[in-house]
Amino acid sequence: MTPRAPSGEPRVITVGAGALGEALDAQAVRRTEVGWRPPMPGTAGDLARVLADPRRVRANETAVGRLLSARPLLVGVRPAREALELAEGSFLHAGPPITWERASGPMRGALIGAMLLEGLATGPEDAERRLARGRVRLSPCHGRGAVGPMAGVVSPSMWVFEVRDAEHGGTACCPLNEGLGKVLRYGAYGPEVLRRLRWMGEVLGPVLRDALERTGPLDLVALIAQALQMGDELHNRNRAATSLLLRELAPGVVDASPGHAADVLRFVAGNDHFFLNAGMAACKVSADAAGNVPGSTVVVAMARNGTDFGLRVSGLGDRWFTGPAGVPDGLYLGAYGPADANPDIGDSTITETAGLGGFAMAAAPAIVRFVGGDVAEATAATRSMYEITLAEHPAYQIPGLGFRGTPVGVDVTLVARTGLLPIVNTGIAGRVAGTGQVGAGLVSPPASAFTAALAALAEAADRGGPGPPEAGGAGGPAGADGRRRTPHFDEL
Amino acid sequence: MSADLVRVRAGVYHDSVHLMRAGRALTELPGVQVAVVAMATELNLGVAADLGFDVPAAGPADLLIAVRGEGPAALEAAGAELDRLLAGPAARPEGGAPGDLANGVPGGTPVDAPDGVPGGGRWAPRTVRAAARAALRADGGAATLVLVSVPGPYAFAEALDAIEAGLPVMIFSDNVPVEQEVLLKRRAGEVGVLVMGPDCGTAVVGGAGLGFSNVLRPGPVGVVAASGTGAQQVTCLLDQAGVGVGHVLGVGGRDLSAEVGGLSTLHALETLDADPATELIVLISKPPAPEVGETVRRAAEGLATPVVTALLGPGRGDLTDAAEAVLRALGVPVPAWRSWPAAARGGPYGGAGATEDGGARGHGADGGGRGHGGGAGGNEKDAKDTGDAGDAGDTGGADGSGEKRARRLRGLYAGGTLCAEARLVARAGEFTDFGDDSYTRGRPHPMIDPSLRLEALSAVPPGDVALLDVVLGHVADPDPAARLGPEIASAAARGVRVVVALIGSEGDPQGLDAQGEALRAAGAAVFTSNARAAAHAARLLGGGP
Repeated sequence: MTPRAPSGEPRVITVGAGALGEALDAQAVRRTEVGWRPPMPGTAGDLARVLADPRRVRANETAVGRLLSARPLLVGVRPAREALELAEGSFLHAGPPITWERASGPMRGALIGAMLLEGLATGPEDAERRLARGRVRLSPCHGRGAVGPMAGVVSPSMWVFEVRDAEHGGTACCPLNEGLGKVLRYGAYGPEVLRRLRWMGEVLGPVLRDALERTGPLDLVALIAQALQMGDELHNRNRAATSLLLRELAPGVVDASPGHAADVLRFVAGNDHFFLNAGMAACKVSADAAGNVPGSTVVVAMARNGTDFGLRVSGLGDRWFTGPAGVPDGLYLGAYGPADANPDIGDSTITETAGLGGFAMAAAPAIVRFVGGDVAEATAATRSMYEITLAEHPAYQIPGLGFRGTPVGVDVTLVARTGLLPIVNTGIAGRVAGTGQVGAGLVSPPASAFTAALAALAEAADRGGPGPPEAGGAGGPAGADGRRRTPHFDEL
Repeated sequence: MSADLVRVRAGVYHDSVHLMRAGRALTELPGVQVAVVAMATELNLGVAADLGFDVPAAGPADLLIAVRGEGPAALEAAGAELDRLLAGPAARPEGGAPGDLANGVPGGTPVDAPDGVPGGGRWAPRTVRAAARAALRADGGAATLVLVSVPGPYAFAEALDAIEAGLPVMIFSDNVPVEQEVLLKRRAGEVGVLVMGPDCGTAVVGGAGLGFSNVLRPGPVGVVAASGTGAQQVTCLLDQAGVGVGHVLGVGGRDLSAEVGGLSTLHALETLDADPATELIVLISKPPAPEVGETVRRAAEGLATPVVTALLGPGRGDLTDAAEAVLRALGVPVPAWRSWPAAARGGPYGGAGATEDGGARGHGADGGGRGHGGGAGGNEKDAKDTGDAGDAGDTGGADGSGEKRARRLRGLYAGGTLCAEARLVARAGEFTDFGDDSYTRGRPHPMIDPSLRLEALSAVPPGDVALLDVVLGHVADPDPAARLGPEIASAAARGVRVVVALIGSEGDPQGLDAQGEALRAAGAAVFTSNARAAAHAARLLGGGP
């Protein structure tokens, strides 16, 4: 390229010693000062190696381009047995891989509930015994093209939303939302929980399936974009999105099943989070489209199993990088307090991965109490996420920020450089199995998961290709179970 | 009885210059014996431990404060002063016009803001990448340049951000690994942007002075420099002669090494060649690696714009020669370079050797210079014309003590190139470059903080000659004469002759005249040409060229 002679009024970005910036101020030179801090301890060497990877810029453009161009459509409602080809005796769960021994209270509670629902145990004690003996095959939702909120336990008879990416062809699933309070995803497995799940399988699922066949596929990007402008951030607030979904489905529900329509509509209308699961599947199918681009440093999954937080990076395939799940800082229901809280749990961080949830806090002034109480802090939360993301979503816009797109595409290198961790909005599960939800709030992922991913990216950069799975980070080898539902592309 | 105050503030970052200034300010408070205010790196923790502080566990992302005072009252006062000093940057004007904030343009640094969950409306970008994006969103339009001065191990990421955003970048930071420098310059070449540095101390781009830079009149000369103080000397002399500069593009001291291959020099030459306002290019460097020198020479020959090359080294011309060559090429008369003779003193020492033989060194050899009568064999007249600053009435003989001791020339320099030049011109003496890495680790550059040089000057024995550079301009000490003056006076009083090379322009914030006059009044012979200063110093000892 021909060198350009500097011309025009200079406008300087300064980073580092304040004295050099002050000298420019003294000359009345316009400047933008970077609020620089040293990167996360011990990452300087890995950062230099990863940043020097000649594939990085194009790989990230490819990955983020796919994330942004995905067109998730709600195409069906089916039993997990069909949609996920989930065999009898196989359960999926949230987060990175976990064993019964390491599983937390709510995860154990949800697994017990699933055993009872599937008729694999005579009672809770029997279920525990069988689970402890490894009678059930456990694997992460993420490895099967699925996501599940909180415990995220999916058993074959549960019905799931099926979302297809019309642009890249992938499919993702998420079970139907049970509502708040004592529910399976929070680890409750009492009779009322199982009764509700059975009704969902016998009535809700089939009616929604039939309704959707009448209305045709629903464009979830359009629905999410509208909901953001109506005050949802699509993780801890889904009231607008649920209302929009209900509006779309209601005529079809009535047509499909006049006898059950009132019950179904009442159930959906009574659960402000009903849309969350459809939104999660939309985020999952978009994030999967961005996966497996060699050299890319973009995070394509963040998920917790109640014990570990785990993430996946586009350029590192199916490997998980994990660290201890934190306890959310938030507001508690009734007499519950922090001592009752379980460490962070659920695949719902897929919303943050796709630029919603905590990243879109500025769109949801109604729930700013979760981030400290005022709108300025919600705005600051979103603004800070632009620091660690590569793009702004073209469709998901925030009115309060001048219709700026939400920050999307977390870059591991930017997390390490800034020390800013993704801001995650989340529900809080009770520590004891069977308790259910105790609150909601904000949580930070462990920095160690990001630094481990960075170290693996550095190794891969040195080799010029993705690392072997056994060379995994803190989380070790994992996640290669089962088929992937997203077609892979030949990269670059 | 003394007492210690030791505190660690987690996750609070300030740059080292700022902290060292704060630390120095604390030690100047009454009742404070020693203060360490630094990021808690291994090195700094060691410094505090060596001073006898009980150092707690802390990491490089934490701020370490350790103060020893005469009692609780002194420590409390120091603590309050520190809070005030560290709050300073937040209070200073930030990031352009106040209206910028309304447009969502971040500015300033949220000092001591908690990590992760930022409060309030102000948000400074945390990387160059984010800042470049923010600038694009602002009404003022895109950024045109990035100035990186973070510690060397971290400079790569910020500089790469600039290149990936298509912005030229000046890397002031030193200690950047050479393989990173090569990588940055290759990437920059691919996208057509210039990398200045690493370890680039000065630049002038589009009228903005970056780093240690002088206020220069605008003009037709473009400079490509692998030497910061070298460029400052040449451009300040040109300014003095009435010739202005357009751009001064630093390339970093390693650019012409075999490893880097002159990537930035070649780019900078092309850039200036393409600039219609640049009529003449000056290339200033230490002698390059031979094969690189050949490449650069060929590139220079291929330009439409004439190039004056100044390569410093044994057997070559000095910086003053280079400035004069530029003037001749432009057909501008060479003036008598300004100087201030040392104030007359009663002692038996002083500035004999006022016949510093500038003429003999050939600068007037082509007769182009005013009053340079044909060159060789300098004489008293020439010396006068070239503005020699020798004191009158001394023969440079005895040092007053009567001892028969070999008197020496002590070069106490802040600028690396100026130091090397003085050593070449003076031929003998003991030269120290206080700007070298080994002296700047953990303390500000001597152009900002003269403490080490003052110490060295105070140790120069009677009869010796002390030769110092004083560099003016942005970022440099706002009043170097005020801090050097007393030590110069005290040196002069005990029989040390002090010669100063004063590198600056009329427009510099410190004022060339005011500084020259103040240094002269303190007892120094002051020259605006470093080569003249060195020659004069050598002659004071009866040696030199």
